[in-house]
Amino acid sequence: MSTLAHDDHHDHKPTGLKRWFFSTNHKDIGTLYLIFALTMFFVGGSMAMIIRAELFQPGLQFVDPQFYNSMVTVHALIMIFGAVMPAGVGLANWMIPLMIGAPDMALPRMNNMSFWILPFAFALLISTLFMEGGGPAGGWTMYPPLVLQTGNAFPFLIFAIHFLGVSSIMGAINIIATVFNMRAPGMTLMKMPLFVWTWVITSFLLIAALPVLAGGVTMLLTDKYFGTSFFDAAGGGDPVLFQHIFWFFGHPEVYILALPAFGIVSQVIPAFARKPLFGYASMVYATASIAILSFFVWAHHMFTVGLPIKGELFFMYATMLIAVPTGVKVFNWVATMWKGAMTFETPMLFSIAFVILFTIGGFSGLMLGITPVDFQYHDTYFVVAHFHYVLLTGAVFALMSAVYYWLPKWTGYMYDERLGKIHFWLSLISSNVLFFPQHFLGLAGMPRRIPDYNIQFADFNAISSIGGFAYGLTQLLFVYIVLKCALGGKKAKPRVWEGAKGLEWYVPSPAPFHTFETPPKLTKEMLEH
Amino acid sequence: MASQEIYYVPEGSKWPIVGSLSLFITFMGGAMMFNNAPGALYVLVLGLAALVYMFAGWFADVISESLAGKYSKQVDVSFRMGMGWFILSEVMFFAAFFGALYYARVFSIPWLGGEGQGLHNGTHEFLWPAFQAMWPMNVMPDPSNYTQYKDTIPAFGIPAINTALLLTSGVTCTFAHWALKKEQRKSLCLWLAATVLLGFIFVGFQAQEYVHAYKDLDLTLNSGIYGSTFFMLTGFHGFHVTMGAVMLAVILFRSMKGHFSNKDHFAFEAVAWYWHFVDVVWLGLFIFVYWV
Repeated sequence: MSTLAHDDHHDHKPTGLKRWFFSTNHKDIGTLYLIFALTMFFVGGSMAMIIRAELFQPGLQFVDPQFYNSMVTVHALIMIFGAVMPAGVGLANWMIPLMIGAPDMALPRMNNMSFWILPFAFALLISTLFMEGGGPAGGWTMYPPLVLQTGNAFPFLIFAIHFLGVSSIMGAINIIATVFNMRAPGMTLMKMPLFVWTWVITSFLLIAALPVLAGGVTMLLTDKYFGTSFFDAAGGGDPVLFQHIFWFFGHPEVYILALPAFGIVSQVIPAFARKPLFGYASMVYATASIAILSFFVWAHHMFTVGLPIKGELFFMYATMLIAVPTGVKVFNWVATMWKGAMTFETPMLFSIAFVILFTIGGFSGLMLGITPVDFQYHDTYFVVAHFHYVLLTGAVFALMSAVYYWLPKWTGYMYDERLGKIHFWLSLISSNVLFFPQHFLGLAGMPRRIPDYNIQFADFNAISSIGGFAYGLTQLLFVYIVLKCALGGKKAKPRVWEGAKGLEWYVPSPAPFHTFETPPKLTKEMLEH
Repeated sequence: MASQEIYYVPEGSKWPIVGSLSLFITFMGGAMMFNNAPGALYVLVLGLAALVYMFAGWFADVISESLAGKYSKQVDVSFRMGMGWFILSEVMFFAAFFGALYYARVFSIPWLGGEGQGLHNGTHEFLWPAFQAMWPMNVMPDPSNYTQYKDTIPAFGIPAINTALLLTSGVTCTFAHWALKKEQRKSLCLWLAATVLLGFIFVGFQAQEYVHAYKDLDLTLNSGIYGSTFFMLTGFHGFHVTMGAVMLAVILFRSMKGHFSNKDHFAFEAVAWYWHFVDVVWLGLFIFVYWV
């Protein structure tokens, strides 16, 4: 097997703080993103632990309702903007240049700024918890007029959203420029690994959706402080207008979280099934279709708000339509495994779990997308169960899969496979104990975002909380596995997984500080997927 | 697609983190202003000053690297893609406000006026039965909290002149580009100067229109959904024109110093694209905010 060799004497790294603060290196910036995402995963996760502790029993136990609601709100904002998105961007940073034969991202300095915005933006956001009037407690969706009652935290919340938007848009522009301008000769678009494809399409979504959110929260700001009446019917506006603007951003945002996960799974499953990805072209087209459709389904989040019946029908049918390309993808993943010579290393386990559990989340989404039944499910724990299946056992499981898959490439050492499997099985069981009962709670009528509940919901809530604590503890094991792998272990070969396809396996493990200083000559074998 | 022998990756730079930090200080200062926190103004001014320092320093580095011939064709293409997609994000930002205008005119005001069935005319029936849908809407459903205005700004006064000014500036900008391509530096600078001047005259007229609206017409941000959409759309646009004119002025300065050749002048083109984008947004404003 040929490797793309590298001169070690070129491998000079900047040292000390400069290396991290002034970086123009996609691998270092990727590492920063991933460490930041993991940190935020625990910050947001500890808020989830507070929520589950409060819900362990009916009645008020530990926190007052206002604080509970700000935990719900900030948990969501941190997990979405601080954990899942940065983890995805971190993987994109690390892997896209390696996968397409580029020396780095197209705009490396802007790349550094995209990252360094994040700690500052979250400083703004998290500081609100200590302000007069408490943190934002109106839900991450920030619906007016409720959110306008936020105290001193309000302008900090709005500006934190603007700030995070700046970071994401710069990151997205960078990824698009990298993929369209920096591919090695021979790496045509339809030869690109699917992870690269999903990230390009995600970047389009980011550029088109985030500015709309920025506009919407700006209107909230002027409604509160400058007397405008965008969301006030007394002045001719409409609070529902905010919901339209928010979800015009919010639904594409869901796919911003999910599409990179699709990309990861499409890399991992073929590697461990030792078969080419089934239906590569259809995967690309399905991803693009999902992205386009995601701009025409936003009002399915608002069925009960009083939309005209024609609108409800339109958004219901458009939502059903998304099941078609998603079905194509799930079919292709299963067909890739069909009659494959499968082995079940940790990345593969997480990816298979993703396929099954994301599909469960997809089906409950389909239920929620049907207007008449949504009137029962709306704002109940059924919704909470749905989006946690999609985001936690979906997106987060895929991210875990990606970390195990590429960790040897990053560190040069193999992780502890036995511990990895223990981490997987504990995560799988605990997350299902955590979220599966919430379907029943929702169907029985338990509303979301309320710290107390009727006695009839007590048993399922207790089970769910136990699952939650178990899941939270299990993730400490993940940190241990990653640290252990970073510090040493069995040396990893350049091709870590025998069945893995793609350019990243032709560079040494760990990947040198600079790769591809000149355009690599790609062979047919390197371009397989 | 890569076409050259060696890829270019820039040196590490302090500017990105200086930029993040200055944005942080600016946002913090702004948020403190809203909370009437002591010292807020100082924080805000410090942040804005740091932002200016960051932009000046970052661009100075990029310009000197560019003049030193460090940038390859590939880097140029990356810059072009970056600018193009940045402009698309700006388009989507304005789309949110145009969307709000459309929603108010097509949905919320007619519903408040009693159109539609079931829930939609409920607000009309139970809260404000006297309210009648109209556009421009100068009687609010609940007038008590809002400033009623005497009149709106007619399209065929200053706004029409401003349309002519901006469209002309687009033409002069293109003339400047043609001069640049023919390497006629003097003509380039003159046309650019004309573009900058037209831009600032536009902003001046816009400011005068605002003064007129606030002082004579009682048309303010507080004038219901009409005032909200009017000032937010024209205000953000005016801010973008100002930024664009400042960028053009920088390009004028660089043109005078002879930074651009007929082959290599991406900075000029980027600003020209931005200027045309601002122009197109104005056409949307003129038609949907002032005219129809």
